[in-house]
Amino acid sequence: MAAKKKKVSYLNILKEGIITKNPTFIQLLGMCPTLAVTTTVANGIGMGLSATFVLICSNFFISVLRKFIPNKIRIASYIVIIAGFVSAVEMIIKAWLPDLANSLGLFIPLIVVNCIILARAEAFASKNAPLPSATDGFACGLGFTIALTIISTVRELIGSGSIFGVNILGQNYSPALIIILPAGGFLVLGFLIALVQYIMSKLERRSE
Amino acid sequence: MLNLLVISINAILIENFVLVKFLGCCPFLGVSKKSETALGMGIAVVFTMTIASAMTWLFNEFILKPFDLEYLQTIAFIAIIATLVQIIEMFLQKSIPSLYSALGIYLPLITTNCAVLGVALLNINNEYDFITSVVYGFSAGVGFLVAILLLSAIRERIAYSDIPKPFRGFPIVLIAAALLSISFMGFQGLKLPF
Repeated sequence: MAAKKKKVSYLNILKEGIITKNPTFIQLLGMCPTLAVTTTVANGIGMGLSATFVLICSNFFISVLRKFIPNKIRIASYIVIIAGFVSAVEMIIKAWLPDLANSLGLFIPLIVVNCIILARAEAFASKNAPLPSATDGFACGLGFTIALTIISTVRELIGSGSIFGVNILGQNYSPALIIILPAGGFLVLGFLIALVQYIMSKLERRSE
Repeated sequence: MLNLLVISINAILIENFVLVKFLGCCPFLGVSKKSETALGMGIAVVFTMTIASAMTWLFNEFILKPFDLEYLQTIAFIAIIATLVQIIEMFLQKSIPSLYSALGIYLPLITTNCAVLGVALLNINNEYDFITSVVYGFSAGVGFLVAILLLSAIRERIAYSDIPKPFRGFPIVLIAAALLSISFMGFQGLKLPF
């Protein structure tokens, strides 16, 4: 019975992280990388996966150490743990994926201050056992990656007429450059969140 | 001197940290509901970014560089910024309690403002000297202050307007920010040939 209960909660963690409490579309966390790196699909997925890796590792370790970290300096301790993993990710990307490192640039070290990671550490990992915490990190990371993929697909398709750098819309399509520019990031995210809110209100009405 | 002026105009208007570089978006969107809180947050950021630029530059030059530890930049800088924010908080609490109560909860939030860590890393990447780094940090902070004040003024107006239901709350703010960003693109014309 106990084992069964646990299984259900793992599924629940996954569902919450990816859909019902999606860090980007519902909780509106981690806006800087969301807006900055989603000019191409490759960048969006690269960013999402790097953040997922950091989330899983930091959630796991913070959960392991949760009984040893004094309450007063917990935020500082969390940040140092996160920064350690971010440095590791930065070195890995620089060594194996130099192109991705060039296009993400400053935003790889800035994963440290991505509020999703700190929020999950504070809200989940500091209160739960290591394994569920790692699952939660994976779920939220996946939710973040999916959100970035959607945003970057829209932006790359409208802004350059291609996906993964492959031309989709043909030669006659003249790309709307504004969508790739910073203003387009705000604009596309605004419309996507409006769409999510619209769907949510429709679903709520149906369930009533 | 002229060089410093160019760097500061660049950081405030042409490459505004929030609207063009997307650094510091979380507080920009999160605490811009009212002009007063936006002003408080903006001033706190200017203050921290200036000091953080100076501290991280000195730390990098005199500790990380001589010992070949530059790969520790991210960890070292974030630790410096977190400590700095804590010290500023304690200092204000003791010496200028009125300013401390005005800034209130916004001070600790600055630790996770990516603009602060961003400016520290950019100073090093751009190989600025000490004075330039401090000026760049200060101007970037002012750029943040300008952007968040403008957005908060718009949001105070939005609160009274009739907005389609799905756009209420966050989406309309993002769209306002997009328009703000488009208007800042106009400053591209200011770029000086240096």
